[in-house]
Amino acid sequence: MLKYLLAGIAFGVILVKAELVSWFRIQEMFRLQSFHLYGIIGSAVVVGMISVWLIKKLGIKSISGDAIHIPDKKFHKGNVYGGLIFGLGWALTGACPGPLLAQAGGGATVIAVTLLSAVAGTWVYGKVRERLPH
Amino acid sequence: MEQLSLWLRQPWPWYVAGPLIGLTVPLLLIIGNKTFGISSSLRHVCAACMPAKIPFFTYEWKKEKWNLVFALGILLGGFLAMTFLRDGTAVTVHPHLVSELSGYGINDYSSLIPADLFNWQQLFTLRGAIMMIGGGFLVGFGTRYAGGCTSGHSIMGLSSLQWPSLVATCCFMAGGFIMANLILPYILSI
Repeated sequence: MLKYLLAGIAFGVILVKAELVSWFRIQEMFRLQSFHLYGIIGSAVVVGMISVWLIKKLGIKSISGDAIHIPDKKFHKGNVYGGLIFGLGWALTGACPGPLLAQAGGGATVIAVTLLSAVAGTWVYGKVRERLPH
Repeated sequence: MEQLSLWLRQPWPWYVAGPLIGLTVPLLLIIGNKTFGISSSLRHVCAACMPAKIPFFTYEWKKEKWNLVFALGILLGGFLAMTFLRDGTAVTVHPHLVSELSGYGINDYSSLIPADLFNWQQLFTLRGAIMMIGGGFLVGFGTRYAGGCTSGHSIMGLSSLQWPSLVATCCFMAGGFIMANLILPYILSI
């Protein structure tokens, strides 16, 4: 479990240093006033794609020797409706779930309330799930 | 060494931070055959703390403990970076944004999170409650409905060429544009 803790710590540090946790930076992105976050997401995807391609091409295994498996995501209407709802929340809070965690850890104690509210949102989704279009 | 420490304390440019974020994908695959994603941790918290016999929350969340540990790590990483790796300079943003926000009384750029908006006093105002409680709820509900967030869909999903993730990412951006440009101005004026 320690390896995941360390990976999380590294990721949290990067989120802060990239200013991806900044509400200001998110507002800039959604007003097309800065390339910064587009550059970050774009280059992250390119590096991720090359990595996944290499892992498949070279048949790289995990450290415990298992073949690496990436489950397929199936399309459902939630990708659209949920995506739009999340987008609204993203621009309001200036944070997606990762940055919310980093903000709360970084001393903005009030963000703990936002996090709890996000847990509540997830719970309500689970509760009403069957009645939503998918 | 001093150069390095100075550099570490500045905000990192996109071409450094972006590739490092991208490397999280192979890192998690190689260290444990795990697919990168953060919003699932919110579901595991529900499953662990208040499953309430809801089918969506009755599964063996303990098998996904790694994800909660990873989330805890992000929290700690945020603490370490904000405490030890900041040079104390204000966030620099586009002058148009600065003038727009000053119209709403937002002038404090000393922290990455606007001190004028996100604090305990603001939480008890209508504007603050909409932004922190309402915003958090939309993030939690929306990510789960969409089946992932920026990490699971936009980074992990796109990296592994999954088209539903591209659809989701476009919708994330659309929602963000609508909120930031069309709705947020009204909320900030409250």
